[in-house]
Amino acid sequence: MSGFLKSSIGRKIAMALSAFFLMFFILQHFAINILSVFNPDAFNEVSHFMGTNPLVQFVLQPILIFGVVFHFVMGFVLEFKNRASRSVSYAVNNGSANSTWMSRNMIYSGGFILIFLVIHFIDFWIPELNVKYFVGDTSGLLADGSDYRYFEELQHKFVPLWRVTLYCIGFIFLALHLLHGFNSAFQSVGGNNKYTKSLNNIGKAYAVLIPLGFIVIALFHFFNNSH
Amino acid sequence: MALDSKIPKGPLSDKWTTHKNNINLVNPANKRNIDVIVVGTGLAGGSAAATLAELGYNVKAFCFQDSPRRAHSIAAQGGINAAKNYQGDGDSTYRLFYDTVKGGDYRSREANVYRLAEVSTNIIDQCVAQGVPFARDYGGLLDNRSFGGVLVSRTFYAKGQTGQQLLLGAYSAMNRQIGRGKIKMYNRHEMLDVVIIDGKARGIITRNLVTGEIERHSGHAVVLGSGGYGNVFYLSTNAMGSNVTAAWKAHKRGAYFANPCYTQIHPTCIPVSGDHQSKLTLMSESLRNDGRIWVPKKLEDAKAIQNKTLKPTAIAEEDRDYFLERRYPAFGNLVPRDVASRAAKERCDAGFGVNATGEAVFLDFASAIIRYGKEQAHVKGLNENDENLVKSLGKEIVKSKYGNLFQMYEKIVDENPYETPMMIYPAVHYTMGGIWVDYNLQTTVPGLYAIGEANFSDHGANRLGASALMQGLADGYFVLPYTIGNYLSDDIRTGPISTESKEFEEAEKNVRQQIDKFINNKGTKPVDYFHKRLGKIMWNKCGMARNEKDLKEAIEEISALRKEFYKDVLVPGDADEFNEELAKAGRVADFLELGELFAKDALVREESAGGHFREEYQTAEGEAQRRKEFQFVSAWEYKGEPKDAQLHKEELVYENIEVKERSYK
Amino acid sequence: MKLTLKIWRQKNAKNKGKIVEYPIDGISPDMSFLEMLDVLNQKLITAGEDPVAFDHDCREGICGSCSLYINGEAHGPDRRVTTCQLHMRKFKDGDTIFIEPFRANSFPVIKDLIVDRSAFDRIQHAGGFISVNTSGNTQDGNAIPISKHAADEAMDAATCIGCGACVATCKNSSAMLFVGAKVSQYALLPQGQVEATDRVQNMVAQMDLEGFGNCTNTGACEVECPKGISLENIARMNRELIKANLKG
Repeated sequence: MSGFLKSSIGRKIAMALSAFFLMFFILQHFAINILSVFNPDAFNEVSHFMGTNPLVQFVLQPILIFGVVFHFVMGFVLEFKNRASRSVSYAVNNGSANSTWMSRNMIYSGGFILIFLVIHFIDFWIPELNVKYFVGDTSGLLADGSDYRYFEELQHKFVPLWRVTLYCIGFIFLALHLLHGFNSAFQSVGGNNKYTKSLNNIGKAYAVLIPLGFIVIALFHFFNNSH
Repeated sequence: MALDSKIPKGPLSDKWTTHKNNINLVNPANKRNIDVIVVGTGLAGGSAAATLAELGYNVKAFCFQDSPRRAHSIAAQGGINAAKNYQGDGDSTYRLFYDTVKGGDYRSREANVYRLAEVSTNIIDQCVAQGVPFARDYGGLLDNRSFGGVLVSRTFYAKGQTGQQLLLGAYSAMNRQIGRGKIKMYNRHEMLDVVIIDGKARGIITRNLVTGEIERHSGHAVVLGSGGYGNVFYLSTNAMGSNVTAAWKAHKRGAYFANPCYTQIHPTCIPVSGDHQSKLTLMSESLRNDGRIWVPKKLEDAKAIQNKTLKPTAIAEEDRDYFLERRYPAFGNLVPRDVASRAAKERCDAGFGVNATGEAVFLDFASAIIRYGKEQAHVKGLNENDENLVKSLGKEIVKSKYGNLFQMYEKIVDENPYETPMMIYPAVHYTMGGIWVDYNLQTTVPGLYAIGEANFSDHGANRLGASALMQGLADGYFVLPYTIGNYLSDDIRTGPISTESKEFEEAEKNVRQQIDKFINNKGTKPVDYFHKRLGKIMWNKCGMARNEKDLKEAIEEISALRKEFYKDVLVPGDADEFNEELAKAGRVADFLELGELFAKDALVREESAGGHFREEYQTAEGEAQRRKEFQFVSAWEYKGEPKDAQLHKEELVYENIEVKERSYK
Repeated sequence: MKLTLKIWRQKNAKNKGKIVEYPIDGISPDMSFLEMLDVLNQKLITAGEDPVAFDHDCREGICGSCSLYINGEAHGPDRRVTTCQLHMRKFKDGDTIFIEPFRANSFPVIKDLIVDRSAFDRIQHAGGFISVNTSGNTQDGNAIPISKHAADEAMDAATCIGCGACVATCKNSSAMLFVGAKVSQYALLPQGQVEATDRVQNMVAQMDLEGFGNCTNTGACEVECPKGISLENIARMNRELIKANLKG
């Protein structure tokens, strides 16, 4: 298997598999977050479950972290190697004649998503780890104990305009990344034949609707809360 | 030296089997000690190299292209014949043999052609096993189409890219042997001389086209699969690099050159568009299955079309002259190539040509589109009288059959052949003549073999469509690997051939001298200038119709042009670098000699046969007039200047076929 | 037509190259692109200069010799044609045309616009064949029926001319369309099944060894391929490799 991961196609398939995993994660992340728009209580319940369930915290979360790190590291490694395979570049290259901007710039959309993720982690994940594992408070309650803290914390985060703007840009890059990435992942694992043409449209829908949904969530809390 | 064709005794159908049973073999352990040089990696050279390596010989293969896969066999479009009789339409080995001899205008060797027909079926089996994706029908079985000059469907094809697929098959067989180390492949190497030691071919001198290095290569036998010499006409359907150099150097070292004047002018090529033209593009003969060839009946219509004041589609059915259908009702548009070409020339010479230069005829698919469209409408239960529907259904069928050819036509000519008839004109395509070989494919130099288009053996004075691929692969896969063993069985104790002998030295010196001469010649005109002029002489005086006066003039003109060439050619750059002009200069130098021999051969052959049409020898109806006293192969021995070449005759004996007037009426 | 050509000139593999400008006049729109270069070369030769070296042979779009990266596209702006079939009518009078070699580290420049594509040959040596000796006694061509659909698909994959446009156009210099097409041709035919496992593994290993980049599915190769080889072939190769690795 290690030989497989050394081969170009093996790595490509590994990229695709981590992408599938991340796309599934994003889908469930979205499903939970959209609850905050419709039903804050349900959002709190689910958030608490996800934040305290040992299976999620100690099995799924490390896998997710590994998936994210792997996808980024492998992405950069491949990009580095691919660039090295043409040391003299063209004086004129008309890339837009034969491929989409998204497909040619995955490294940039991905890079921006990475920056976004770092901020996102600083905003949510690191405080969360701090409260649960350093302070030792796993109750999930607000300081006054009246309710779960998750919804309120979420609302609080979307007060500053700069953060909302940054998140929206992050989601746009996510959309660009997914517009190529979704179908690319299927192609990589060999899922391209006459039976899978409809996947194309599903991919496009996913790539546009999920990030759009995240933007809606961010804007909803921004407008609802602070103004 | 008397010519001995070494045809085995016995009845025709047993000759090959008997011969195979009686020739000497080399045992597998000894094959490892024998080196064979193969020059050229097209269908013949590629298949021979692969098969010889499979047998265990050490093969060194050479091609001037950057990969064996680019040899010009790749450009053959239509298909490959084989007497499989899958269609149950009465085909047989004998019938393929008969069609080929008749198609060649009774100027080929019976025994060779019969053997070719015999092994034709093996080729198909071998290629299928190699993974060649031949066209198949809905039942999953191999599909066939029909080609010119025959009344059965025996042509196997892979879209319009049969040559490509067959060559890639041979190339894949080579790859396997290159991977095993049994073939050592020399890409971008050009053979510039044969080395003869003690009367036997023992090696070659090559130039590495990238570094300019002159190299010596030795072997126990040398096989030439270097293709034809159609580029002597400058404009032809051959690739730009196709050349006669390997064959000509062999000729100068003692191999007789046979029937140089037998040239095939293919009727369906895209007409010349201007002086800039560097080569001609063939449209597959398979198009004549469905396309109808015509010119206007009225001279004024033809003039109007030439001036572009009239559209071809505007000419009424009764004002069109489907001249092939008119002259040859039995075969119609599917007459052999030589007949179709001459008929087109005859109409254009009479002023009925249909493009600006007056040198083009129409190839029209309108009626095929309607016919297929109606058939489809009927099958689908749609209205057969709806003209637009029928047309669009018909176009789909035509597209599925010839789509890539139509697309190619449109890219080159910028006209849509689905809407307006194609324009075509004959162009030089194939050379039946070549190095003289015996039944074993050995030339008059022991140990020197010639296969495929490079030899003269199987097509007589005219080649039938889809037979070139057949011959190339037959020679390479199934004939040479047997017959060469008979020769090599004497060499099992010879050991490696040294390249340090005086013969190698002398040959290398010759090569270097010529190269230095070109590089240091301070001329004023590029190589192409001379090549184009040679081409004009050849086309005008040794082309589709020839006569004594023209041929005599051609000999003088070519000889004078050759002198001018050596005096005034300008070759830029150096010898020790990539220098295409230098390579071209060497090739054109040889064409300038061959061209003269070509004209001389045409002059001597006082008859019309196949691709060779002498205006003095035609019937009252303008058909070719064959003469009994010319029923021989002209094999020319090199004696210095081409015009001093000495003629040797190999009489052609027909015991199994009655020599008749070749009629397609 | 009057044009300005900007052509990559490089004396040999060791020298550094540069773009050199050549004005040219009297070009007919009916000329092919290579015939236009012929005109330039005849002028250069007569003027005592070194002509521009470029690969070409059949000039009818099938041998795969010709290459050239023209105005930022492999085989130029037209679709489904090789450079030899690209005609000057695709350009406008007064245009500036950039002409560069196919670039990839696996395709080193030999001279000017000529590159060494022998890496493709070596990939085929590794497994681009069916191991069947020439005997004349292989089974009959019709012994194994092959569905028309499979035969047609195999043919579509087999039409690859090995020109290298896929590599040249790919932002990663990946050769996967080329290798995928060859793997597919054999994978689709029953004759190719026997060696399927070794073939795909060996060919992919050689492809990697040659230093080609990794496919990121941009699809540029499919668009620029003069024979329209489909991206499906890469997907099929990926499947074949997964299958081969699962079999072990």
